[in-house]
Amino acid sequence: MSLLEATLRAASVLAAFLVLPLLVGQAEHKVMAHMQGRLGPMYAGGFHGWAQLVADGVKFVQKEDITPRAADRWVFRLAPAVALIPYLLAMATIPIHPGVAAVDVPGSLVLVLAATSVGALGTLMAGWASANKYALLGGLRAAAQLVSYELPIVLALASIAMAGGSLSLMALTQAWSPWWLLWQLPGGLVFLVAACAELQRPPFDMPVADAELVMGAWTEYTGLRFAFFLLAEYAGIVVMSLLFAVLWLGGWHGPFEDTLGWLWTLLKGFGVAVLVIWVRVAWPRLREDQLQRLAWLWLVPIALAQLLLTGAGVVMGW
Amino acid sequence: MSPLPGILKGLITTARTALRPTHTAEYPDVAPELPPRSRGVIALLEENCTSCMLCARECPDWCIYIDSHKETIPATTEGGRDRQRNVLDRFAIDFSLCMYCGICIEVCPFDALHWSPQFEYAEVDLLDLLHEKDRLGGWMASVPPPPALDEKAAEPAEIAAANRPARGAGLAGGAGGAGGSGPRMPRTVRPRAAGSPRPDAGSPPPDAGSPPPDAGEASP
Repeated sequence: MSLLEATLRAASVLAAFLVLPLLVGQAEHKVMAHMQGRLGPMYAGGFHGWAQLVADGVKFVQKEDITPRAADRWVFRLAPAVALIPYLLAMATIPIHPGVAAVDVPGSLVLVLAATSVGALGTLMAGWASANKYALLGGLRAAAQLVSYELPIVLALASIAMAGGSLSLMALTQAWSPWWLLWQLPGGLVFLVAACAELQRPPFDMPVADAELVMGAWTEYTGLRFAFFLLAEYAGIVVMSLLFAVLWLGGWHGPFEDTLGWLWTLLKGFGVAVLVIWVRVAWPRLREDQLQRLAWLWLVPIALAQLLLTGAGVVMGW
Repeated sequence: MSPLPGILKGLITTARTALRPTHTAEYPDVAPELPPRSRGVIALLEENCTSCMLCARECPDWCIYIDSHKETIPATTEGGRDRQRNVLDRFAIDFSLCMYCGICIEVCPFDALHWSPQFEYAEVDLLDLLHEKDRLGGWMASVPPPPALDEKAAEPAEIAAANRPARGAGLAGGAGGAGGSGPRMPRTVRPRAAGSPRPDAGSPPPDAGSPPPDAGEASP
């Protein structure tokens, strides 16, 4: 790989990383508004408020960057980066077209798992370093939630890895067949629920519950650093949606996949993202104990059963 | 007790709402549909004002400022008496203090103050919210005609006064004692609802017993 190619790949990932989360965010604005009988942003940019998030970004840049005096200064300032960068890394490994991924490494599934887990560390750092009881409570809740929900995600992905016989996202997508839609369905549902919880999206947003914890770990953040946390959340939606689209919905598989494969991947991923938004609008927030109950009494057993089913399928040669 | 149906119902409800037309009114571009009798701004009909100061004194915020002077009108006939009348110099309402209670409008005996639904008079400077009488008079153009009365509502005070019996008739009915007089036909043009009992002997009309003191003035 020449230096030019490497630069080009990095730039394209960065562009996708900056554009796709904004697309999802704008979709959330509009979809949520219409689901509540509203119009959403209509004026910014002229046509149906397409530039609303750009305007929000400009606003965030203008705001004062405040670090509380009692805060653990460097941890506090580093936390948004720790939350944001891993998703950039994860996005780079996702294959969008037959043979096309920004970074195609043999163990990309493991890499994605590790990266998304590191992203959660940013929330913990922010909660601990803010020197604020809301932030601390939010951080603790986030820690409890992430411990519970990492396991179902790993188990669900392990089932896919077994079914495809590989740890590479590219090889797994290549091995996908429509039969997986049924065979891997329980694991897929577990992954969707656990991914929502991992991203701390409603109905699993107890760590940032604004009504009781005032945005939890993000309480003390202002300006660009706060915007980075928001960007990390939406980048997380993009990564998890694309991951689901690639592993469970077949990624580029579809008509004319040699030329339109990238389009199918993006469309499937966008569909999953809309589902994540829809769930946020429709359902109320779970309580902390309900969240733990759901994880340990439902998701983990279902994921283990899926693993068993996949194992049986692989051995029997389905 | 499975939570599943409720969860699905939530998804269906939001999806259905998303497919329906929205309720948003894009205000600066689309004028809002205000309900009747909306309280936007208080308009002044200067010709009706006698500088009686009732509104200024009843105002809970004391946000109405009135200045006036007396002017002498010379007698029109030989040997007649000169008359005096109030001339309004200043009438101002400070809308930075006004709490839109409408007491001034209620209390005005000459209908000089009116509610206008116009509400777009925000200012950058607080002091500009003090509307002098020119500006208050300008709002009169936006005062809508009064809404029609409800069905079965009491008749307007002016019509009721005009339909009241003349003093002589009222005295005759009252002199005969309660229940003694025969049925008196009301002069009202208001149609009586079919089947409603006529105010016959035994229960005289409420205004038949003793005439109100202003009965003679109202119907000269």
